[in-house]
Amino acid sequence: MTFAFYVFAIVAVAATILTITRVNAMHALLYLIVSLLAVAGVFFTLGAPFAAALEVIVYAGAIMILYVFAVMMLNLGEVTLQEERRWLWPQLWIGPSILAAILLVELLYMLMVGNVGPPPGEEVGPAAVAARLFGPYLLAVELASMLLLAGLVGAYRIGRILEPRLSAEETAPESEASPAPETEAVEGKRAVQA
Amino acid sequence: MSTVPIEHALLLAVMLFALGLIGVLVRRNLIFMLMSIEIMLNATSLAFVAAGARWAEPDGQVMFILVLTLAAAEVSLALALLMQVFRRFRTLDADALSELRG
Repeated sequence: MTFAFYVFAIVAVAATILTITRVNAMHALLYLIVSLLAVAGVFFTLGAPFAAALEVIVYAGAIMILYVFAVMMLNLGEVTLQEERRWLWPQLWIGPSILAAILLVELLYMLMVGNVGPPPGEEVGPAAVAARLFGPYLLAVELASMLLLAGLVGAYRIGRILEPRLSAEETAPESEASPAPETEAVEGKRAVQA
Repeated sequence: MSTVPIEHALLLAVMLFALGLIGVLVRRNLIFMLMSIEIMLNATSLAFVAAGARWAEPDGQVMFILVLTLAAAEVSLALALLMQVFRRFRTLDADALSELRG
């Protein structure tokens, strides 16, 4: 099933080219997700089904969702109804949809035909990977877990909202505007306590 | 039914890596630069998996899993930094940020 590899490869390269040439970050993200799905298909045709599953779950699933959240949070200041309406334009999703449809058709074709992937002798299944991972590479697994812990703690530490010390002038109007609801809330709480 | 030659898989990895490198060099928005770095990491893991598949050894996929953890940690830290940069400077342009130094 070598032609499946080439179709996946062409889709991956096309989606990657479209990713790095988009102006809108959301368009680029959609193309990047399609590119990662295509690379997952490449992994499968190369005889690495476990890597393909991880690519879909972790890369195209978790990491890309993180990007989507970040892009949406960064756009928060300029979000208007117009922006919201733009999500529904076909221009946004028609390109990634076509590429994803190609992947879907190929996947269905491979399922229909059956007997896909490399010959059984050349396929490296999850059991072999796990045996190797928790055998000679046990130390690497521990180091990877330390890395993930460092990433977690670091992201929590860096991502916190700093006290507005440097940008005091910038946030001054907001802080002037905000006391009213706060005092209302405090008074409401006092009323409840009374 | 024949298997994919490793040269073609490596060629694909090189193309994806080059596209990611072009993205890092050309784009000036930090989000796009991060995405291009993701593409490059993905291309290197593709090369690992291709090499592992060539000799039917699981080491390539082990390396892929390690690259995956690296990418996850990198993305969480980089996006947190990105949010801080945007909160401080109200821009994500790499050139505008470099002018603030000194």
